[in-house]
Amino acid sequence: MTSAAPGSTREQGRSEFGVALFLGALGVLVIVQALLLPESLIVRGPVGPKAVPLVVGTLLVIVAVVLAVDIARGGRGEPEGGEDVDLTGRSDWATMALLVAAFAANALLIESLGWPISGAILFWGAAFALGSRHYVRDVVIALVLSVGSWYLFVLGLGIALPVGVLRGIL
Amino acid sequence: MGALGELLNGFGTALSPENLLYAFLGVLLGTAIGVLPGIGPAMTLALLLPLTYALPVTSALIMFAGIYYGGMYGGSTTSILLNTPGESASVVTAIEGNRMAKRGRAAQALATAAIGSFVAGTIATLLLALLAPTVAEIALLIGPADFFAIIVLAFIAVTSVLGSSRVRGLAALGLGLTIGLVGIDATSGQQRLTFGIPELADGIDIVIVAVGLFAVGEALWTAAHLRRAPIQIIPVGSGHMSRDDWRRSWKPWLRGTAIGFPFGAVPAGGAEIPTFLSYVTERKLSKHPEEFGHGAIEGVAGPEATNNASAAGGLVPLLTLGLPTTATAAILLVAIQTYGIEPGPRLFDTEPELVWGLIASLFIGNTMLLVLNLPLAPLWARLLRIPRSYLYAGILFFSALGAYAVNASPFDLFLLLAIGGLGFMMRRYGLPVLPAIIGVILGPFAEERLRTALQISDGDLGGLVTPLSVTVYVIVVLVLLWPLVRRLLPGKAAVPVLSEAAHEVEESHSHHGLTESVSAERGVGGEDRTP
Repeated sequence: MTSAAPGSTREQGRSEFGVALFLGALGVLVIVQALLLPESLIVRGPVGPKAVPLVVGTLLVIVAVVLAVDIARGGRGEPEGGEDVDLTGRSDWATMALLVAAFAANALLIESLGWPISGAILFWGAAFALGSRHYVRDVVIALVLSVGSWYLFVLGLGIALPVGVLRGIL
Repeated sequence: MGALGELLNGFGTALSPENLLYAFLGVLLGTAIGVLPGIGPAMTLALLLPLTYALPVTSALIMFAGIYYGGMYGGSTTSILLNTPGESASVVTAIEGNRMAKRGRAAQALATAAIGSFVAGTIATLLLALLAPTVAEIALLIGPADFFAIIVLAFIAVTSVLGSSRVRGLAALGLGLTIGLVGIDATSGQQRLTFGIPELADGIDIVIVAVGLFAVGEALWTAAHLRRAPIQIIPVGSGHMSRDDWRRSWKPWLRGTAIGFPFGAVPAGGAEIPTFLSYVTERKLSKHPEEFGHGAIEGVAGPEATNNASAAGGLVPLLTLGLPTTATAAILLVAIQTYGIEPGPRLFDTEPELVWGLIASLFIGNTMLLVLNLPLAPLWARLLRIPRSYLYAGILFFSALGAYAVNASPFDLFLLLAIGGLGFMMRRYGLPVLPAIIGVILGPFAEERLRTALQISDGDLGGLVTPLSVTVYVIVVLVLLWPLVRRLLPGKAAVPVLSEAAHEVEESHSHHGLTESVSAERGVGGEDRTP
């Protein structure tokens, strides 16, 4: 199976250093943030608000170094499998980008348009990104889900969701 | 026996018509969502967390207990009927279960899984009811310094699972601890890692983290690698377990229970190791070893029972110490915390109705599962045909809904997306998710215990040294240095079945087409195994 995708694992080898870099940078950030905290007056003993962040930051930096060494020695993180996951190909970035766009659209529009519309956009966009081309059927399913969940939350569970432009209609 | 009396009271709580309905709903929802491919029990619970905002606590937890068992059972249905490797806990079931299904014995495989789950779940829940109050009583005696040590042990144990990369486990733990640090420090009132963003002052809500890591991360990861080829679903068919099937199943059920319960009760990385252990044991003890690999019923009965028993075992540390040992238990802990209840030794005293109602509803849910699943399996199998575009769009949709409901803040949706991106990265590069979620949940708790211990001792670090905590730290060091320790031990000292199980775990990982994904660290471990 691996012969089908030699490129993807080699590609991962290089990009995996990015993970080490990310962990290291995060560790440094946590350490610097902790050192910038002002002294606390009520602290007794060596463990104030700084101590735990310093330990966590150090842990991240050490792990980053060890991980980089492991990758350099040929170690590879094992991508997670699953029923619907096919690991022989490369990551499908176009699908990812569309999904993220649909998700962000919902986050940006939820207050102004309301969940019944923005949630429908999220579902429809995500289904489109994942390859569904039944445009009309998807719109119907998306609206049924978003309006239905709005009623379920607002009337059934008593949790307020923004109604947006449909105020007075729903 | 105080425990049995309390349990009877618990049945009184759980058998009220309203709570029975919630248990039924939970079992139904849990099985239905668990059957859907790509959704495991942890994600099922994470997606349903918003329900906790509306339901009374006892009802919600009774429902979640149903979802817990239902989701697990649903997962095994998927792995038996679907011709693709599934998630880690049901990988073992898939080995023999899928072969049985291909030979036209899907109905028998599903039946032995369902009855085995029922038997194991019932015995293990009984053990839970008998053991938990005693453990809680002992736990009441341990001070904050000991507690801190035990949490450190839990951190190290979940990151050092046999057959997986330790560095990557620690990396995941570090990420989780960092997320847990964000917000106002409870003792000094100082803001940490908030960067002046007011929404971060209260910390990142644990629901957002759980939904982000388990639901959004998983959906993005699967979407990026979606299997485009049509998948084969094997029809359930018909037929009952024959006398021979029963004879070959009952011992594996009991052995699986014996293996699963203790493994579930210690934080050692979930159901993967015990299920493999059960599989290897059954293959050793079977009178038909030649059938293994071609659909041996023992290979389904044992691991499935193990899986359920370890789930019940996992509730012992969860309810008595507040320590989750699996991802699913971690989400259950989140659900309990959203009510402002801190699971721990006092829970049995302060919330007896809740705890015993929960335990009683586990018995009830288990029985409901058996009644539901034997006849309904063909119906569940139809859920496997749901178009994948709708399935993963639906996961994102409900994730966004649940995350928004936490604080009614669009900021949380962007946070959810960011944490989902983190979950994607972790899956791509083999960082396990469990240490991260445990780090987020237990990190702040550990810090609080540490600082309480030091306040009691007036800042003297000697306050952290107690007989118990020293013992625990010695275990921590042993676990950390295990590769070295193992080399010093004489060759026969390692339990052969255990190392064989670890070997099987690695084998199954590499069989999934990931042959090159071997950690250099693991390569060293491989040399050790040869005596």
